[in-house]
Amino acid sequence: MFYRETGQFKTSYAADQQIFPIRQDRIGVILLLLVAFIVVPLVAGNYWFNAILIPFLIFSLAALGLNILTGYAGQLSLGSAAFMAVGAYAAYNFQVRVEGMPILVSFILAGLTAAGVGILFGLPSLRIKGFYLAVATLAAQFFIVWCLTKFPYLSNNSSSGVISVPGVEMLGFKFDTPQSRYLLVLTIVVVLALLAKNMVRSTTGRAWMAVRDMDVAAEVIGIRLMRTKLLAFAVSSFYCGVAGAMYAFLYLGSVEPDGFSLDLSFKILFMIIVGGVGSVLGSFLGAAFILLLPIFLDISLPALAAALHLPFDGATVSHIQLMIFGALIMFFLIVEPHGLARLWQIGKEKLRLWPFPH
Amino acid sequence: MVNKYKQLAIAASVAAACLGVTLPSAQAAEEQFFMLPSYRVGPYGANGQSWYGGFIDYLSYVNMKGGIDGVQVTWDECETEYNNAKGVECYERMKAKAQKAPGPIHVMSTGISYALVDKTAADKLPLAMMGYGLTSAVDGSVFPWAFPLVTTYQMQASAIIKFLKDRNNGSLAGKKIVFLYHDSAYGKEPILALQAESRLNKYSLIEIPVAHPGNEQGAQWQRIRQENPDYVILWGWGVMNMTALKTAQKMGFSREKMVGGWWSGSEEDVVPAGDAAKGYMSATWNVSGKNVPLIADIEKTVYGGGKGNLKDTSKLGTILYNRGVSAAVLSVEAIRTAQARYGKGKAMSGEQVRWGLENLNLTEARLKTLGATGLLPDVKTSCNNHEGSGKVKMQQWDGTKWVPLTDWIEGNKALIHPLFQADAAKYAKEKGIKPRDCSKEK
Repeated sequence: MFYRETGQFKTSYAADQQIFPIRQDRIGVILLLLVAFIVVPLVAGNYWFNAILIPFLIFSLAALGLNILTGYAGQLSLGSAAFMAVGAYAAYNFQVRVEGMPILVSFILAGLTAAGVGILFGLPSLRIKGFYLAVATLAAQFFIVWCLTKFPYLSNNSSSGVISVPGVEMLGFKFDTPQSRYLLVLTIVVVLALLAKNMVRSTTGRAWMAVRDMDVAAEVIGIRLMRTKLLAFAVSSFYCGVAGAMYAFLYLGSVEPDGFSLDLSFKILFMIIVGGVGSVLGSFLGAAFILLLPIFLDISLPALAAALHLPFDGATVSHIQLMIFGALIMFFLIVEPHGLARLWQIGKEKLRLWPFPH
Repeated sequence: MVNKYKQLAIAASVAAACLGVTLPSAQAAEEQFFMLPSYRVGPYGANGQSWYGGFIDYLSYVNMKGGIDGVQVTWDECETEYNNAKGVECYERMKAKAQKAPGPIHVMSTGISYALVDKTAADKLPLAMMGYGLTSAVDGSVFPWAFPLVTTYQMQASAIIKFLKDRNNGSLAGKKIVFLYHDSAYGKEPILALQAESRLNKYSLIEIPVAHPGNEQGAQWQRIRQENPDYVILWGWGVMNMTALKTAQKMGFSREKMVGGWWSGSEEDVVPAGDAAKGYMSATWNVSGKNVPLIADIEKTVYGGGKGNLKDTSKLGTILYNRGVSAAVLSVEAIRTAQARYGKGKAMSGEQVRWGLENLNLTEARLKTLGATGLLPDVKTSCNNHEGSGKVKMQQWDGTKWVPLTDWIEGNKALIHPLFQADAAKYAKEKGIKPRDCSKEK
């Protein structure tokens, strides 16, 4: 009844081609942004900013990066954490070695550095596909972490290889409160997410999807495989790199190469699998699911155990939390193999028909 | 419109309260709250269980003996699984509760402590890193809130060299020493110190890294056999230690020429290696065993009273358990020191506990009163020296238990501490921190 596009006539090409062609979607997105930019900073506490919202946004961006590569261009990658590491260390080096480097420029350069490395490790994708490519990107994962540990120059000769980043400052304004950091992260993520949303429906995005669906056919209709695949690697790594730089500068404040382990790559991969492969929204839903559900279980289980007088100690709760988490992942994958984003889409289709079933 | 915001605020705060996170709970008047971002599951869960078991047992013990001059100790645990992001989440979750009267925070993880150094300084909460963490925090002028108490990797490496020197009639000239280390932040930390020592003592140093987790060391030991060094200093973690001992046995390298750091010298490292570990030596800053009066008393009082934290009581008196107790002893003593200045029988604020940590003076006499003689070395901190001791003991595994070989050995402070200061100065420059003037602290 409310969610229906009937009566919305497009009278110009511009109106027809906007990112959200349905008016209700536009209103929804604007409302969501208003809540994120205005309401949340007013009501959320420090814990919410530091432990939930900032990591959620950063990992959404990383998942979005991987989703561009895996979901849209069909190139399976296990190197996302490594590209984040490149971004984090690159931003650190630009910031420490170049006097007066603006932080946003550092982030962009970090993304570009990661994009360069991504192209390099994307080269095997021209010859190998599927699971074999995943193994090739695994090499990136190990090589980059090794490289950052091996060469002290990259960590500015820190004796332990751990980098501790300088404070974030922009035009004299210090981003030292959780609110200000959150707003900075949010702005960057919103801009990049809108860019991605736009990109995947452009010629580039369509070329990626053509390659994903069948690369021989894509080549036949005139899509240059090399350019398309490498571009996907570059854009994906750019997103991961910016996410990595923010992870170091706006979230943890200090990172070590071992922190960007294969585990983290898997985590990002699970985010897009649970959230929805080939969906911008799915990256956000997946990041929320993988990051927030364990925290929620962690906080609610002891309270539940206490309420029911169950003799659980901390370790048991952690084990149970892992079991529930695993079970929920399986549940969602069985019920909806296309991820949470698909559930949302089904919901929208139902809404269109509501209140009539047919 | 205003009304709507209010409703939203109420809705959000109700949601937050349901999660039980934002609202600081009302505390009774005089309580000192310890946040414990601990780990009992995950790859290092076994180590965490012993360490935090010891820590909590001592806190219970203090409570059963009437608290810290009447101030009761409370604590909350939060599982970090040794994961940095989870550690930060735990810290943020418990921060509000700890704001009023915090105990020193112990995370038992180098990665998490690095991530918390800046956060704790901003939130004015004292962070203790005993035997791990950011070692340049020894320089308290740059790091007022971080305390690498007792000793650091660098001082330990220096003490090991001193020990080896003493074994060789005071000279290591011309000797060859292999440093076999876990290729991570933790393993790389002592390299600078060992290099400085090698220039001073004229031995040749060969650094051989082992990739995490280190359960395959064939290539490294092949190289060690070719080099045929006089000593191997082992800087391992978890499964790497056991593998090193077993591979050494297979390659025929005498374990009596192997010396480990303190994370390579617990029962968890040697027992699984079986007879391959016999004769192996390691450094430690606390002794094992139950013959320390304090440990025996904890067993009697706390476990006798049914309040023990360990499920597996065979871990009582192990190296890591006793290390947890030692860390708790130092934390409680710091609070006592603060009370002596700011008012006995009162809960101490973060700033006051910080002062207590910085002016800690745990003498032999005090250790004796506590029943902890010989458990840990004497500790005296100051603004310039957040380490306070720099002493370790050498011990040898005889196949069933760790036998102390030496008295406390202090590393070469004149050589090592300038390294910390240089590193801290670099940190201050990168971060734009203005170091405080230690001569003005009182």
